[in-house]
Amino acid sequence: MNTYEKDEKNVALKLHYDVANDDFSRAGEASSKIKKMLKQLAIDANIVRRVAIATYEAEINLVIHSNGGNIEVFIKSDRIEIYVEDCGPGIENVDLAMTQGFSTATNVAREMGFGAGMGLPNMEKMSDVFIIESELGSGTNIKMIVKYENV
Amino acid sequence: MQIKYIADVTNAEILAFKQGIDHEVVTAFGSDLMSDVLAYVEEDTLLITGLINQQVIRTAEMLDLKAILFVRGKTPCNEVIALAEEKQILLMMTRESLFTVSGILFQHGLRGIKI
Ligand SMILES: Nc1ncnc2c1ncn2[C@@H]1O[C@H](COP(=O)(O)OP(=O)(O)O)[C@@H](O)[C@H]1O
Ligand SMILES: [Mg+2]
Repeated sequence: MNTYEKDEKNVALKLHYDVANDDFSRAGEASSKIKKMLKQLAIDANIVRRVAIATYEAEINLVIHSNGGNIEVFIKSDRIEIYVEDCGPGIENVDLAMTQGFSTATNVAREMGFGAGMGLPNMEKMSDVFIIESELGSGTNIKMIVKYENV
Repeated sequence: MQIKYIADVTNAEILAFKQGIDHEVVTAFGSDLMSDVLAYVEEDTLLITGLINQQVIRTAEMLDLKAILFVRGKTPCNEVIALAEEKQILLMMTRESLFTVSGILFQHGLRGIKI
């Protein structure tokens, strides 16, 4: 249950966005589209907000830390699942990366207002289930589940 | 507090989405760290910042914020202004520093968010 795995069962709607690395001018576009779609589907505003924050921080990480990747969103009857995958470089120490304040961001990222080491912890905070797997040299996979009802 | 009133007491010039001037914000948050804004802001909040890039607008969009006040005379480029118009986020700019406008707004009764 705690390993990264895409759950293709009962997906009502699937969204897919590719995110290029270093494309600062477009950073946030995927999250913006995801947010717009969820709003159109009349999903609860608080759920939309949590998904928007989580996908946006994930998208920024793809732009500033990865070699490029993608975000997939599975909309289901009781939850939203977010899958973030990239093709490297991977994270050496995931526990350290999850620590508030830890960041290897460059000055360019800092000038954009990121690189405070708050992204991954906040993504975890927004999710009911948060799974991160990373391998140096191959890449990082993150799965986040936001449930409509917290039971 | 109404945006119109905020613009008035901080001597701010409206740069985008003037239609939003009657909107009322509940609190204010001042920061140049967008990750902190994303982590702490929950209500209908005025964002006060010295950053003027596109990510500031995106951050406000994700949080459904209605107004941003740029300090120290920082003026965003046309692209950023256009994005704010599209997202219906009011942008305004004051020559004062973040500390000074925060003091002015606090004095007029606006309060910060609960951390
Ligand atoms: N997709 C990724 N690929 C490689 N490294 C990553 C990725 N996402 C996060 N990291 C690493 O984890 C650190 C912490 O990430 P985060 O909490 O989002 O803070 P920030 O992005 O502000 O640095 C980053 O500085 C980076 O070293
Ligand atoms: Mg980050």
